[in-house]
Amino acid sequence: MKNILKLLRWSAGITLLGCALLIGFYGLNASSIASGYKENHEEGEQRRNRFGLVSETSPVYQEECGSCHLAYPPGLLPAQSWTVMMSGLDNHFEENAELPEDTRLKILDYLDKHAAQAGDKVLRGSIDETLLRITELPYFVRKHDEIPEQRVKSNPGIGSFSNCDSCHQNAVQGDFDEDRITIPGYGRWDD
Amino acid sequence: MKVSILSLAVIAGLISTNLQANQAIEQLQESYRKTGATSFDALDGKALWYSEQNGRSCTSCHGSSPADVGKHWKTGKKIMPMSPSVNPKRLIKTAKIEKWFLRNCKWTLGRECSPQEKGDILQWLQQL
Repeated sequence: MKNILKLLRWSAGITLLGCALLIGFYGLNASSIASGYKENHEEGEQRRNRFGLVSETSPVYQEECGSCHLAYPPGLLPAQSWTVMMSGLDNHFEENAELPEDTRLKILDYLDKHAAQAGDKVLRGSIDETLLRITELPYFVRKHDEIPEQRVKSNPGIGSFSNCDSCHQNAVQGDFDEDRITIPGYGRWDD
Repeated sequence: MKVSILSLAVIAGLISTNLQANQAIEQLQESYRKTGATSFDALDGKALWYSEQNGRSCTSCHGSSPADVGKHWKTGKKIMPMSPSVNPKRLIKTAKIEKWFLRNCKWTLGRECSPQEKGDILQWLQQL
């Protein structure tokens, strides 16, 4: 009888401990969702942040595209836009950015894999699926409407809204957090 | 003593990177010779570098001297000096050199550069 009681106590203890741990893990998981991060369900894909952006960039993308401008995180445009963009490199915003075919395909593959997906914040609002300028995304326009245009365009430290990393210093890693914005000549941005 | 060893090492490093640039340039010029170019003239290269077509020239992005840091005409992104004596990372990969010649000649001149022109420009940059 004593043994049975002992066994009961043990199993009750283990069950309670298990439940406590489960609740704990559930809490951890839920808080990471609450802070805006989600795992992508597709196997092998990198972690995407709440803007749908991956933090790791591709060396070939960095080398080929990043030598003239910020290597824009691919999740800032839908896949269709990247396909159109990469088919017109000989006239890339009035610039010749031609690439050898194998390099072009490698980069397109990277962009396509990490492009913005339906439901991502950056695609909110009605958007043209072949839009080429990130600065024309309704989401982008709305997020920057409090900033006087001249503060960007006449600012020697910025020059254009397309130089994301002038203010979002970690833009290349997909970090556009509002708490980490410094406008050259104006200091930290406080929303 | 330590300082002199260090400076020797630095000099040796500079020489070896310049050798890399020399090798790449030599290799390209050899291939240009096969297409009919005979000898390469640094002064012709310099003239082409500074020539202007429809308001565009190499200096639009590379600045007034290839030994200086340039600035992309549109994005404003810094462009490191082109001269291998100032920037040892320049002109060491043939494929990279050809890629930029293709893009930049088309943008600046509205056409591809001839093998003679490319050889001249390399000759000039190498001597700077």
